[in-house]
Amino acid sequence: MAEFIRFDRITKFYGPLCVVENLDLGIAKGEFVSLLGPSGSGKTTLLMMLAGFEQPTSGNILLDGTAINAVPTHKRDMGVVFQSYALFPHMSVGENVAFPLQMRGLGKAEIAERVARALDMVQLSALAERRPSQLSGGQQQRVALSRALVFEPRVVLMDEPLGALDKQLREQMQLDIRDLHRRLGLTIVFVTHDQSEALTMSDRVAVFNKGKIEQIGTPRQVYDEPATRFVAEFIGETNLVEGVVEAVEGAEANVRLTSGAQIVSAVSGTVAPGQTVYLSIRPERVDLTEIRGDARNCLETEVTDSVYQGDHLRVQLQNAAHPLIAKLGRRSREFPPGTKVYAAFSAGDCRVIVP
Amino acid sequence: MSAGLSRTGRSLILLAPLLVFLIGFFVWPLFSMMSQSVSDTAVLRLLPRSAEVLPGWDRKSRPTMPMQTALMEDLKAVDDDQALGDMVRRLNSARSGFRTLMSKTTSALGDPANPPADLVSIDKRWEKPEFWLAIADALSPLTDRNLLAAVDLGRNAAGDIEHLPADQSVNRVILVRTFWIAALVTFACACIGFPYAMIAASLHGWKRDLMLAAVLLPLWTSLLVRTAAWFILLQERGLINDLLQTLGLIDGPLPLIFNRTGVIIAMTHVLLPFMVLPIYSVLITIPKNLMPAAASLGAHPLRAFMRVLLPLSFRGVASGSLLVFISAIGYYITPALIGGPGDQMISSIIAFYATGSANWGMAGALGVVLLVATLLLYSVYARLSAEEPGRR
Amino acid sequence: MKTIMKSGILAAVAVALSASLVSPVFARDLTVVSWGGNYQDAQRNIYFKPFSEKIGKPVLDEAWDGGIGVIQSKVKAGAPNWDAVQVEAEELALGCADGLYEKIDWDKMGGKDKFLDSAVNDCGVGAIVWSTAIAYDGDKLKEGPTSWADFWNVEKFPGKRSLRKGPKYTLEFALLADGVLKDELYDVLATEEGVARAFKKLDELKPNIVWWESGAQPLQFLASGEVAMASAYNGRITGINRSEGKNFKVVFPGSIYAVDSWVVLKDAENKDAAQDFIAFASLPENQAKLPEFVAYGLPNKEAAAKVPAEFSKDLPTDAANMTDSISLNVDFWIDNAETLTQRFNAWLAQ
Ligand SMILES: Nc1ncnc2c1ncn2[C@@H]1O[C@H](COP(=O)(O)OP(=O)(O)OP(=O)(O)O)[C@@H](O)[C@H]1O
Ligand SMILES: [Mg+2]
Repeated sequence: MAEFIRFDRITKFYGPLCVVENLDLGIAKGEFVSLLGPSGSGKTTLLMMLAGFEQPTSGNILLDGTAINAVPTHKRDMGVVFQSYALFPHMSVGENVAFPLQMRGLGKAEIAERVARALDMVQLSALAERRPSQLSGGQQQRVALSRALVFEPRVVLMDEPLGALDKQLREQMQLDIRDLHRRLGLTIVFVTHDQSEALTMSDRVAVFNKGKIEQIGTPRQVYDEPATRFVAEFIGETNLVEGVVEAVEGAEANVRLTSGAQIVSAVSGTVAPGQTVYLSIRPERVDLTEIRGDARNCLETEVTDSVYQGDHLRVQLQNAAHPLIAKLGRRSREFPPGTKVYAAFSAGDCRVIVP
Repeated sequence: MSAGLSRTGRSLILLAPLLVFLIGFFVWPLFSMMSQSVSDTAVLRLLPRSAEVLPGWDRKSRPTMPMQTALMEDLKAVDDDQALGDMVRRLNSARSGFRTLMSKTTSALGDPANPPADLVSIDKRWEKPEFWLAIADALSPLTDRNLLAAVDLGRNAAGDIEHLPADQSVNRVILVRTFWIAALVTFACACIGFPYAMIAASLHGWKRDLMLAAVLLPLWTSLLVRTAAWFILLQERGLINDLLQTLGLIDGPLPLIFNRTGVIIAMTHVLLPFMVLPIYSVLITIPKNLMPAAASLGAHPLRAFMRVLLPLSFRGVASGSLLVFISAIGYYITPALIGGPGDQMISSIIAFYATGSANWGMAGALGVVLLVATLLLYSVYARLSAEEPGRR
Repeated sequence: MKTIMKSGILAAVAVALSASLVSPVFARDLTVVSWGGNYQDAQRNIYFKPFSEKIGKPVLDEAWDGGIGVIQSKVKAGAPNWDAVQVEAEELALGCADGLYEKIDWDKMGGKDKFLDSAVNDCGVGAIVWSTAIAYDGDKLKEGPTSWADFWNVEKFPGKRSLRKGPKYTLEFALLADGVLKDELYDVLATEEGVARAFKKLDELKPNIVWWESGAQPLQFLASGEVAMASAYNGRITGINRSEGKNFKVVFPGSIYAVDSWVVLKDAENKDAAQDFIAFASLPENQAKLPEFVAYGLPNKEAAAKVPAEFSKDLPTDAANMTDSISLNVDFWIDNAETLTQRFNAWLAQ
C-alpha cells in the first residue's frame, strides 16, 4: 500500500524535556494504526503534531508526499476525536455535527442532508435537537465521532476516545468504530493505552515507550513476537526467564536457564552463542502435565497457588530457580498446591528477547 | 412536628444577622428613598388650619382674610424649628423667596409687642397669589411632583402634566447623557476586558497572577487618587501629550481632558476590573480543547472565536457589562474632575439636591428613576442569560 | 457541641448588637470640623492643639466640603458625631432657621461688639472673612486683568478661564463684567431680566471656560498653564505663593467676600466644650496668628488690629482691598440657590 502519512525524524521538546525522539513512522491510506504506550510516552503529543496543534521541534510530517508543518490546523482537513469529546456545549447535537460543514461553506440543504446521514450512521437521529449535556457518555462519544467524520476528512485522529466509557459500552464502541473504518475506508490514527483495545481494532499497532516506537506490527506480531522486553511485558502477561544462548540453529536457539534446564525457543532477531537473553513464555501457552510428555520444552515445577478466574485457571508455579505462571483453559483439571507437575510448551510458544 | 419547628427556628436564628443586614442596608434605604420621593407632609403637618381654608380659594384672586388668619394661627402654633425648616425648604423649592419671606414672617409673628394685623402688612409678597399657590399645592400628603420633575415634567395650573420650560429642563438631557457615557464605558471595558481576560485565562502560574493583580490594583487605591493621576496624565501638558509630541505623532496637544474622551478613558480604567473578573471566571470554566476542536473542524481562528468562545463567554460579558454599566451610571467624581461642562452626570445633580440643598424628595425621585432604569436593564440581562437551556 | 455552637453564635450576635448600642456610653472627644487643606493645618496649630493642651483632653478634627444636607442629616439622625463646625454663610442662615444649631452664648465669646457686624449671628460666630477673586500668574501675564470685564476679554488676554461650577459667584461676576455697578448687583440679579442678562454674558465666555469644583483646582490649572486666569479663594492664592514660590496675583476689585462661621450642632454631645473652643478660637491673641499661614480676614476687630502689615495687606478685610469688593448676599442665595442651580445646569447642558 502507498504511504499516506509519514513522520520523518520527528523530535519534540517541551523545554528541556524530550517527549518524542527522532521518530519515524509511515501510515498507509485506509489503514487503522493504534499508538499504544504507557502514560506520558508521547502518544498525544505525536497526534497533536499531526493535527497541527503542536509544532515538531525538528523533522517533517508529510501528508501524501508534501510536508504539512506550515499548514494551520483548520486547513489540514483532519477529523479529531478528543478524549473528552470537546463537543460545543452551546450547540445542539445537530449544530455540532453541522459545524464543520458550515465552516466549509456548504449550502443549507446539503448540510442538513449530510448531518442527517452522519447522525443516522451513529444511530443518533432522534437526539439531534438535544444539547450535549443532555446525552449519556456513549451518546456524546458518538456525536464526537460523527462530527469528526461528517466532513469526510482525509485522516481521522482519535485520542483515547473510549477512555471515559464503561467496559461494555467501550467494547460496543470498539466494534462500531472498526465497522465504520471498514465501511468508509478511513485512515485512522488511534491513541490508547489499553492494549486489548489496540489489539482488537487495529491493522497495525505502534508500541510507544519514552518518546520512541519500540515495535510496530500487526496485533499478532506485537503479541506473539515481541521485539523487546518492554513490548513483551507491556502487551499481555508473560513469563520472563533469564538464560544463556548455547547454540543457534536457523530460527531456533538453545538456551540454558540458570536452573540448568535447556529450552528451545524461536528467535526474532540475531543472537550469538554465549549471549545472555530473556525468554518470553506466554502463560496461556503453558500446558501442565503430571507425566513428562513429548513436548520440546518441559520444566519440572511445583504448584504453589491456583486461582479460579472464571474464564481461566491461573496457576502459580515454582521451578528450581524461577517462578512461572500458567493460564489453563476452563476444562483443565485443578492442581492443588504442592502438586508436582511438568510445564510444557513448544519452541514456537517461546521467544528469545535480546535485552 | 416540633423537631421541624425547632429546625426552622434555628435556621432563622442563623439567618438573622443576614436578614438584619439586608433590611438595614438594602431594603430600608431603598424604601425610604422611594417614600421620600413621593411623600409630601412637611407643609400639611404644620398648617392644619390653612389646609381647611385654602381649598375654598379660587387660586387666582388676592388672598382672603380668613386665609391669612389661618396661616398666622398655624405659624404661631409651630414650636419645632426643624419641622418649620422642612416646610420652608419644601415651599422654597416650589417658589423661590419663601426662605426670606418665612423668616421675616415668623420673627414678626413672634414679636408680642406689636402683633401684625395681617400677613400683607408684614411683607408685600403675601399679596401675590403665587406664594399661596405654592402652599395650596403642597397640602396633599402624596405628590408626584418630584418624580415628574426628575424627568423634566410638571403640572401646570390646571393640573395637567406638561414639559417644564427649557431653562429648567436638565434632568432628561443629563439622564440620557449618563446612560450614554455608561454605555460607552461599558463598550470600552468590554473591548479591552475581553482580550485581557482571555490572555489571563490562557496563562499559568505567576504570569496569570500578575495580570489579575494588575487589573485589581486600581481597586486598592482611592478613586480620588486614581482620578487625580489621570488628570496629570491627560492634561494639555501632561505625560501622554508630551510623549506623543516628542515622538512626533501629533503636532499640537490632543484635547484629552475636560471632555468626553478623558471621562471615558478614566472611567474605563477604574471600572475595568468589574469587566475582566466575570469574563475571566467564565473563561476558565470553558474546556481548553474547544478551540482546537473548532480548528480541527476547519474553523479559522476568528470564526472559531465568534462561533465558540464568544457565545460561551457571553454570560461573563453580560454580567461584566451589567456591573460596569450600573457602577458607571452612579459616577460623580471622575466626570466632575476630568470632564467638561457637557459631561456632568446625574449623580452630581443628585448630590446637589441631597447635600447642597437638602431636598431629599428630589434626590429620592432621581434615585428612583435610576433604580427603575437599572431594574429594567437587569431584567433584560436575566432574560438573556435564562435563554440558555442546558447550561444550568 | 451543637449547643455550644448555637450559644456561641447567639453570644456573637449579642456582642455585636450591644456594641452598637453601648458605644455612645464611651464619651466621644470634642470633634471640630473645618475645610481641610493647609487652612485646617494652620487651624490645628493655632487653635486645636493649644486648646487641647488647655483642657487636657484630645480634640479631634475632621474635614468636610460643605452642604446643608450633610448637617441636616447628622442632626436629624440624633446625637451628631460632630460638635463645632465651620460653615459658610448660607449654611449658617439655613441651619439657624431650621434649628440645626445651638444658640451661641455671646457672653462666653466676649460680647457681640467685639466682632464685625457680619460675623455676629444667633447661631454662629464669624471665623474668617474670605473672598473669591480673579487670580492670574504674574510671571506669565505682566499686564494683568483688573476687572471682570478684563476676565471676559479673551482678545486682550488670550487663554482659557476657570470658574466655579455653579450659579453662585458666576452670575454675579457675569453681571459685573457686563457693566452692572456693584451696588446694584443683587437688585439686578433679583429680576428675571437680570438673570437672563447674566446667562447671556456667560454664553460669550462659555467656550473658553474650564469649570472647577474643588478649591485646589483653579490654582492647579493656573500652574499647569491650562488657563490664563481663574476665580479662586484668596487664601489659597496667597498660600500657594508662599509655599511654592509662585507669583499668583489676586484682583480684589470686584471680588466677593463672605464670612465663614463656627456653629455648634444641635444636641451635640460636647456642645459646651464646643462653645469654649469657639471662644478660644475667637480670642484676639489666637486669631491674630492666622494670617501668617492663610490670608483670611479676621472677624475679631481687636485681632485684626494686631496683624502685622506684611500679612494684613493680603487680607480681604484690609481697607484697600475692601473698597471695591462686594459682600455676598446670603439672603438672595438661600432663596434662589435651588432654582438658579437648576437653571445653571440646564444652561450648562445646552
Ligand atoms: N504542553 C506541555 N508542556 C510541557 N510538557 C508537556 C506538555 N504536554 C505534554 N507534556 C509532557 O510530555 C510528555 C508526553 O505527554 P503526552 O501527552 O504526549 O503523553 P501520552 O502518551 O499522551 O500520555 P497519556 O496516556 O497519559 O495521555 C509528558 O511527560 C507530559 O508531561
Ligand atoms: Mg494522551
